[in-house]
Amino acid sequence: MPVPDVSERLSGAINEVTIGATEEQGGSRTRTVTIGGETSFPMLSFEGRYPHPPAFALQITAADVDDWHAEAKKHVADVAGDLEKWAGKCEEWGADLICLDLAAAHPDSGGRSPEQCADDVKRVLGASGLPLVVWGTDTDEVDNNILPKCTQAAAGENCLFGTAKELNYRTLAASCLADSHKIIAEAPSDINLSKQLHILLKDVGVNLQDIIMHPTTGALGFGMVYIYTTIERGRIAGLSGDTLMQQPVVVNIGKEIGRVKEAVSPEEESPQWGKVQVRAPLWEAATAVGYVEAGAELLVLRNPEALQQAKTALEALWPKPPESA
Amino acid sequence: MFVIGERINGMFKEVKRGIEQRDKGIIQDLARRQLKAGADALDVNVGPVRGKAIDNMLWLIETIQEVTDAPICVDTPKFDVMSEALKACTNPTIMNSSKASTENLDKYVPLAVETGSQLVVLTIDETGVPSDVDGRVAMGANIVTKAMEHGLQMPDLYIDPVILPVNVAPKQPAAVMGAISQLKLLAAPPPNFIIGLSNVSQSCKERSLLNSAFVAMCIGVGLNAAIMDAFDKELMNAAITAEVLLEKQLYCDDYVAAYLSNR
Repeated sequence: MPVPDVSERLSGAINEVTIGATEEQGGSRTRTVTIGGETSFPMLSFEGRYPHPPAFALQITAADVDDWHAEAKKHVADVAGDLEKWAGKCEEWGADLICLDLAAAHPDSGGRSPEQCADDVKRVLGASGLPLVVWGTDTDEVDNNILPKCTQAAAGENCLFGTAKELNYRTLAASCLADSHKIIAEAPSDINLSKQLHILLKDVGVNLQDIIMHPTTGALGFGMVYIYTTIERGRIAGLSGDTLMQQPVVVNIGKEIGRVKEAVSPEEESPQWGKVQVRAPLWEAATAVGYVEAGAELLVLRNPEALQQAKTALEALWPKPPESA
Repeated sequence: MFVIGERINGMFKEVKRGIEQRDKGIIQDLARRQLKAGADALDVNVGPVRGKAIDNMLWLIETIQEVTDAPICVDTPKFDVMSEALKACTNPTIMNSSKASTENLDKYVPLAVETGSQLVVLTIDETGVPSDVDGRVAMGANIVTKAMEHGLQMPDLYIDPVILPVNVAPKQPAAVMGAISQLKLLAAPPPNFIIGLSNVSQSCKERSLLNSAFVAMCIGVGLNAAIMDAFDKELMNAAITAEVLLEKQLYCDDYVAAYLSNR
């Protein structure tokens, strides 16, 4: 008796979004990264198309790294304070993209000026050919000051800029439109708000194909389940045909790991949990792989060891295209 | 909700004039505006217009296909008009409609399968419209059986449990809903359910209100398509809202705009 075909037929697909522009596309990246394009739920190799494996960005910042946990900090100690060197290192470590975090613009972290931030963007673009993600400070007035200068500084490079929020999306939307960048739409663990934000962005002229959504991020053991189910629910809507929920998902994991005691507590304090140099990267990698299983396509990490582990795991897990008959 | 716009029907004066004078603008404008208002497909009915039904139908189809790829719901009681019209359609088609008698089903279902068309079947046979739930369910069961026998997939079948005007047939709206509730259990996946919505309020004063309330109630029991007035904004909003309340659409504050932007 033949095995019945139980695969689901879904009417929607996740948008394909490309970040970065090569010289012939008007930028200076040595390559571009495309994410999305799936036609079914994550990892169901028998059911849909999975044209692009998830992409990994490593985070760099001009702010000091004192608040990074020791296991992440040890990798970047030599390059922290030198964005260009750090960017070069990310490429060596195997990152697909670089994520420049603009935390240094926040008044509590040095208050770098819009011009300095724009210069940071330029120097990173000059130092590495990887596509660039630029992440704001999470403080609306600071973001509205610095991000327009940064989008200008990166004009032509087709970067990904974030984050646009329900109460603060107009400035970044206008800047990304003017300078042709992709945009991150952020709605904290709220599927309805996420959909609403996409309508608002569409109303001001942003193409739905240019949006990546950020449901905010919690590490494993620190709120991941809420975000996981939010991503899943959105994916069900998108694959069922809701064009406002067909955007790929980014999660910003690296900065969350330090909050999890089980991941970073030193061995002297918690000998029962084993070596922290094993635990910390594994925790970050496991969080990343978990998010891919929920549907995330772009993952921002800090620890290059975690990046290697997550990539290795996903090489084994990610669905291969079906063998042609 | 699969909304089939009802306005391209020779019963409407402007459509009648459009057909008689071969004025494409009138028809194409109606097609575009209905789709913009949220219709997913367009019903096409030549109505009581001078000339040969088949010529008028072919002209309407050609005229509509010049401006849209949306599915065309070929609305005619005549089998020969239906089969000629399907040949002229390059857009996806829905045949509207067959009756539930075996003789009819044995003609219409094979034609649907052969042309790759979807098919609406009314719960009407030579004895007329059943007065109660059971009569509709019995006919529905026959429809599903015949569809399976001839190889028409359930997602391509629409059962229309036939709604009559509430002012002359007050028990019928509840009977229609009862029939949908039972018939959806007949097959997995179930067939689709459709009604000619405006009929519920024929010759009534509060037409829009009756249509809106009834569509929401029917969606609640499993209706997933209707031939209806897409220009009635309150009606469209009621249907969209019913789907949000059943979580068939994801809520957001501007869910009506979201629904329409997804069209």
